[in-house]
Amino acid sequence: MTVMEQRGAYRPAPPPAWQPRTEPAPLLPDAEPYRVLGTEAAERVDPALLRTLYARLVRGRRYNTQATALTKQGRLAVYPSSTGQEACEIAAALALQERDWLFPSYRDTLAVVTRGVDPVEALTLLRGDWHTGYDPGAHRVAPLSTPLATQLPHAVGLAHAARLKGDDVVALAMVGDGGTSEGDFHEALNFAAVWRAPVVFLVQNNGFAISVPLAKQTAAPSLAHKAVGYGMPGRLVDGNDAAAVHEVLSDAVRHARAGGGPTLVEAVTYRVDAHTNADDATRYRGETEVAAWRRHDPVDLLERELTGRGLLDGDGVRAAREDAEAMAADLRARMNEDPELDPTDLFAHVYAEPTPQLREQRDLLLAELAAEAEAEASGGGPR
Amino acid sequence: MTTAAVRPATMAQALTRALRDAMTADPAVHVLGEDVGTLGGVFRVTDGLAKEFGEERCTDTPLAEAGILGAAVGMAMYGLRPVVEMQFDAFAYPAFEQVVSHVTKMRNRTRGALPLPLTIRVPYGGGIGGVEHHSDSSEAYYMATPGLHVVTPATVADAYGLLRESIASDDPVVFLEPKRLYWSKEVWNPEQPAPVEPTGRAVVRRSGRSATLITYGPSLAVCMEAAEAARAEGWDLEVVDLRSLVPFDDETVCASVRRTGRAVVVHESGSFGGPGGEIAARVTERCFHHLEAPVLRVAGFDIPYPPPMLERHHLPGVDRILDAVGRLQWEVES
Repeated sequence: MTVMEQRGAYRPAPPPAWQPRTEPAPLLPDAEPYRVLGTEAAERVDPALLRTLYARLVRGRRYNTQATALTKQGRLAVYPSSTGQEACEIAAALALQERDWLFPSYRDTLAVVTRGVDPVEALTLLRGDWHTGYDPGAHRVAPLSTPLATQLPHAVGLAHAARLKGDDVVALAMVGDGGTSEGDFHEALNFAAVWRAPVVFLVQNNGFAISVPLAKQTAAPSLAHKAVGYGMPGRLVDGNDAAAVHEVLSDAVRHARAGGGPTLVEAVTYRVDAHTNADDATRYRGETEVAAWRRHDPVDLLERELTGRGLLDGDGVRAAREDAEAMAADLRARMNEDPELDPTDLFAHVYAEPTPQLREQRDLLLAELAAEAEAEASGGGPR
Repeated sequence: MTTAAVRPATMAQALTRALRDAMTADPAVHVLGEDVGTLGGVFRVTDGLAKEFGEERCTDTPLAEAGILGAAVGMAMYGLRPVVEMQFDAFAYPAFEQVVSHVTKMRNRTRGALPLPLTIRVPYGGGIGGVEHHSDSSEAYYMATPGLHVVTPATVADAYGLLRESIASDDPVVFLEPKRLYWSKEVWNPEQPAPVEPTGRAVVRRSGRSATLITYGPSLAVCMEAAEAARAEGWDLEVVDLRSLVPFDDETVCASVRRTGRAVVVHESGSFGGPGGEIAARVTERCFHHLEAPVLRVAGFDIPYPPPMLERHHLPGVDRILDAVGRLQWEVES
């Protein structure tokens, strides 16, 4: 073909047909957070589930106050309270099956405990005698993650690996509103959607990243809307409505287990306490705001629903509180015992086998300890 | 074994073979990274793996290094043995938080309950005419992070042997592949790879009596060349290939320095805060009374990696090494 013929043969053509890879409309969250308690939907919920949620929430509230008290007594180095967020914490743990995995953030010790981890082991990190106090494999609970959102890709990888092995395991990963600004949040959601990994992302939007309000964190219509950009469904739920959170998370877990891929759930809640016992929330928010949220308290909401429908009486309330007190007393007693410390543990788990360099350093520490012990034995006390 | 199989092979081919043999030996071994599937990696190290083992075993991931490594952490938590490819040294930095906060700490923070058997392959170093962000020596960052093994081969046989060992390790390994050696050839039999010294042991590549050149990865060949050239000056140089920066083989290195009494550390990484400072300190602490001269360093300059047309001035070369050897206080001996 000559050049002239080629030119003649050229006809402008439209680009190859374009269409969205995923239909966006079904992925969009509702305009309002989904609610169950106080609505007609509540009547469809199994009363036994409501009672379980109630007992767990009462316990959870008491766990938060007890752990905060332990910081004041010097038994915990720090405690990031989840008071006001108990519905999310409890529902996250209860929506999972035994074989599923939970990937918590540092504020989620209550979810960890609800999953079956011993409260003392769950609080080891915050007491400071080790980092992770529990065996993650025993309860399928990943270590509490302090660097925000960094555990989300782990949840994706674990869920992906489980599916590759043919196990119908789901991973539920917890993150806060601040964590959604992290790059790892984006990467985890993207990987999960591309791989259709069986993961549920629960964002507890508690209003603040320490002192920074959500308005300074994002310009998105809602955090749940972010899901659409990844091609996964986003669900918006009232995070103080335990029945609603439980239902939405259970649906998402079922969807993931059935091979439907990941879901992003935004639970709108409020961090009633300061960021931790070391924080002063009066520097960045007013009491009226806190008071408004206290009137939408997750424990009260559930109690009102149950008593209003005659599913709970004064005895039931008392029994739940007594159970919570017993848990708190046990926690208090056990946290008041000094933990056993073995300084050589410092070198035990850096590698499968300590390197020659670490063996030298361990010997140095052992020599220091021996000298200390000798000095104490001779009445001189530590140098 | 056929003699036909024993012919020159490149380091890249040996690495491919190591991955393939590891995947064949253990179904838990999964390769993931950018372009590792259909393309076979930009350096073709994963060539053919997706075809042979399927895309579930050799997976093209989205382009996000933290996500790749983070997902690999989760996969390792569920009993897989992931091998991650970082496309280039400088593209691995987004994954650095995962390295520092999780990869290196998971075993420790869980008191051994969650070991992370994963390998992070990183092509590193210069000398290939790469433009900006393609030639970094990032080993010092990894060395400074407890919980990692940091391994780097300098020979074809080691590339195979050390990678197999890294993948089999129950600890996380950063496996640094010297880019400029990818196409270096050696007579090597893929059907019966010669056993190599285990990870953590340095190897004396050339025996000598005058001074020890301590080096690794891309700089080994330069040191061997310098040692040959040094004969003309009357110096008989010993060359030690570290092979593993973590753990560090104090024993082999110090035995050599005690024999020769002089040492020069050679690497592409910058000297300030680079591996050479640590190595010189270790040698000095252990061999002080055997030393005839201070331990010297021949390193890259303390500058951002230069553009390709200037990189030859930056990289340690034979002359710079010989110049350093010449400054090892020979006069005091006479």
